[in-house]
Amino acid sequence: MGSKLKNALVPKHEILDEKKSEKILKFYNITPNELPRMLKSDPAIRELNPKVGDIVGITRISPTAGNAFYYRLVIEG
Amino acid sequence: MAVRKKIDKIEFRLFSSKMIQKLSAAKIYTPNTYDEDGYPIEGGLMDPRLGVIDPGIKCKTCGGRLGECQGHFGHVELTRPVIHVGYAREVYLLLKMTCRVCGRILIQKEELDSYKLENITPTESNAIWENAQKVSESEGKCPHCGEKQVKIKFVRPYSYYEGENNLLVTDIRERFEKINDEDLRYLGLKVRPDWLILSSIPVLPITTRPSITLESSDRSEDDLTHKLVDILRINQRLEENINSGAPQLIIEDLWDLLQYHVATYFDNGITGIPPARHRSGRPLKTIAQRLKSKEGRFRKNLSGKRVNFSARTVISPDPNLSINEVAVPEIIAMELTVPEEVNDRNIEELRLYVLNGPHVHPGAHNVITPIGRKRIMEENKEEIAKTVTEGDIVERHLKDGDVVIFNRQPSLHRISMMCHRVRVLPEKTLRLNTAVCAPYNADFDGDEMNLHVPQSEEAIAEADILMKVQECIISPRYGKPIIGGRQDHVTGMTLLTRDEVELSRAEALDITRNTVELPKGKKRFTGKEIFSLMLPKDFSLEYKGKQSRVKIDKGKLVSGVIDKEGLGGILLEKLFTRYGSDVSREFIDKSTLLSIRAIMKYGFSVGIDDSDLSEEALKKIRDITKKAKAKVDELVQSYHKGELRIIPGKSMEETLEDMVMAELSHVRNAAGEIAEEYSRHTSSLIMSRSGARGSLLNLTQMAGIVGQQAVRGKRIKRGYNARTLPHFKKGDVSSEANGFVASSFKMGLTPTEYFFHSMGGRESLVDTAIRTARSGYMQRRLINALQDLVVYPDGTVRGDTGVIVQFNYGEDGIDPTNECYIEGF
Repeated sequence: MGSKLKNALVPKHEILDEKKSEKILKFYNITPNELPRMLKSDPAIRELNPKVGDIVGITRISPTAGNAFYYRLVIEG
Repeated sequence: MAVRKKIDKIEFRLFSSKMIQKLSAAKIYTPNTYDEDGYPIEGGLMDPRLGVIDPGIKCKTCGGRLGECQGHFGHVELTRPVIHVGYAREVYLLLKMTCRVCGRILIQKEELDSYKLENITPTESNAIWENAQKVSESEGKCPHCGEKQVKIKFVRPYSYYEGENNLLVTDIRERFEKINDEDLRYLGLKVRPDWLILSSIPVLPITTRPSITLESSDRSEDDLTHKLVDILRINQRLEENINSGAPQLIIEDLWDLLQYHVATYFDNGITGIPPARHRSGRPLKTIAQRLKSKEGRFRKNLSGKRVNFSARTVISPDPNLSINEVAVPEIIAMELTVPEEVNDRNIEELRLYVLNGPHVHPGAHNVITPIGRKRIMEENKEEIAKTVTEGDIVERHLKDGDVVIFNRQPSLHRISMMCHRVRVLPEKTLRLNTAVCAPYNADFDGDEMNLHVPQSEEAIAEADILMKVQECIISPRYGKPIIGGRQDHVTGMTLLTRDEVELSRAEALDITRNTVELPKGKKRFTGKEIFSLMLPKDFSLEYKGKQSRVKIDKGKLVSGVIDKEGLGGILLEKLFTRYGSDVSREFIDKSTLLSIRAIMKYGFSVGIDDSDLSEEALKKIRDITKKAKAKVDELVQSYHKGELRIIPGKSMEETLEDMVMAELSHVRNAAGEIAEEYSRHTSSLIMSRSGARGSLLNLTQMAGIVGQQAVRGKRIKRGYNARTLPHFKKGDVSSEANGFVASSFKMGLTPTEYFFHSMGGRESLVDTAIRTARSGYMQRRLINALQDLVVYPDGTVRGDTGVIVQFNYGEDGIDPTNECYIEGF
């Protein structure tokens, strides 16, 4: 099987660096616990070798919004 | 109110018998409730220590009066313990997984040690539950003491057998008492299992089971009291029998009866045992029945409540109202009140209301001063009016311009509740402009609607800004107008804006009175010119209407006829997005009024002759039908000969069916075309073309041919043995024997056609019934799941604990009721 990240139906997933994560949390005025979650073993990010506590940025292509951004916290599992 | 303490968590646990006794204000031991004089007996179920239900009496426990004392629990000590029915399954599982002699979990010590006792996860303890049951299931030996285990059988609702022997509740309790606390922690239990066995039960306070005094001064007790009397009676008999040394068999029978009564006290709907009944034969409503289902406490009294400051009556139409308004009958307006604070600008006005009293229209009911609330009555209204000062609050009648929320059930979407302005009018119905029927899905065949009056400035402002009808013109569901002219409005405007319409000044004045101002000095007006007067001066738009291309240039209708698309579609949508809700509201108000006057000026009626067709047209339709029938016969024959060309992926039968269906549906289309072509310029046609009411299919069915009837998406094929109806020969494959209706509604259907038509009609009736039931249930689940989601000012959607669900509402942050929908984007 090829990389799932390259599949056209899988939106772009990337692990945010510390600076960016910080910025997101500050922008929304939240703690990481208030982010939506995603399992460490999620097929969409498994190849990126995420750590628990990482924030994954997802960029979805939307017909109305252009690029829609979404952030999820990696949890154990 | 400031939050002083925050609830960290709530935990539900069981009461132990000790706890029940500790919480109890009185031990209840006698089944008698009142003595001969009608006074409650101490130790009876109406013990005065359990609270007060009669006015004037003080509570023996807390000293509170009726309303102050919320009641106190009592308890009954059971002579013999019984199982708590709600936990019968848990009792069974615990019996299975613990040793019958030493009481340890039937799992090897090494395995237990592999878990960390301090933080055992639910998944881990679930695994222990699973594994521990295996030993007794297979009659193995206890890994701790080596005792052979016996298989446990559970007979619903509350009997247990070990092998052949009946397990007595006392035996079960003994076993449970042996289980040590450490083992319980492996199981994730925070309660002692012996608490699942009841040796005393709580008696609810009398305030929760008040007795009703009937007219004949007889007392009628609550169902729960009856049930508790049963328990006490059996409890007493059991004790007497034990004390007098009755045979074991009788004792066990009574014990079982006690178990039955305690079980039905908790839940009178347990499967497997007959429900406890009242003397009249009605099943008793015990604790579980009070809470459960639609009529239970949760759905009846907690999720939904009855409210004050609301009204409900029949609705009727009033085209002279603005879409923002609702007409309220004067009698209702005098019953509903709005609290208004007195200040230097409204003091004279409010004083006048007070002076009018509660029974004259702009009046008032109460004045709230810092000292207290005073009710205005005929006798004291003058006096109160003098004392009204700034800072007081006057609860005055509903008057013109007040903000109310109007609603029609079923409240399926947010536009089922909108904010209207009050117009107090005579008569007894609530009235609304017909243009707002669509969001409420209201008609006037007896519909009733509700009205709510917000009671604070904040609520009024919120309703007014967010829920006003003019703000709801665009439906959030599909981003297009849902409010707007319909039916007669559309027809009327179509008639008015035809190319040939020209009106004298007098006629134009008659039509436009109270709506738009005619330009001075002009003698003759076209219909289009009159319509144009309602448009903003710089408004330009071109669109394809239902029947013609419409061109509007700088506020002038240049060409085209205004139809449904103009009154409620693109035109209104553009007006809303470019000029806002005020202009749109004005347009709807004026255009509906204008169009109604126009339709009344020309007159408009529908008759049976609307569906008349010329002999020539009818002949054409008959020919088409005949040809199609012949074609069908031909197809059937080639099917029998096996000459049919099979469509790939279908069987021979399916191919035939498909081809016949195609042939017959072609007939109706062709008939429709002929009907339209030959039909005169009738009212029916005007309506269907302008989109006011009725479709071309309706006209075709009336004038031309009704067409093929379908059940489950297929032609009608079943019924009697080898035929659909007894009127046909067996094996008849002709189209008319399979649900093809060649008549029109106007000509009338033959008996067989009528029957087929009824079959199709019944199916669609059943389908709608099922669909509403199913979608209602789905809606309930969605509401329960989503009710806590809130869109925050920063555009994020968050749950009740602040967790983010969406980072930007709907991914793009767009409110569909305020943005322009871009076609094809």
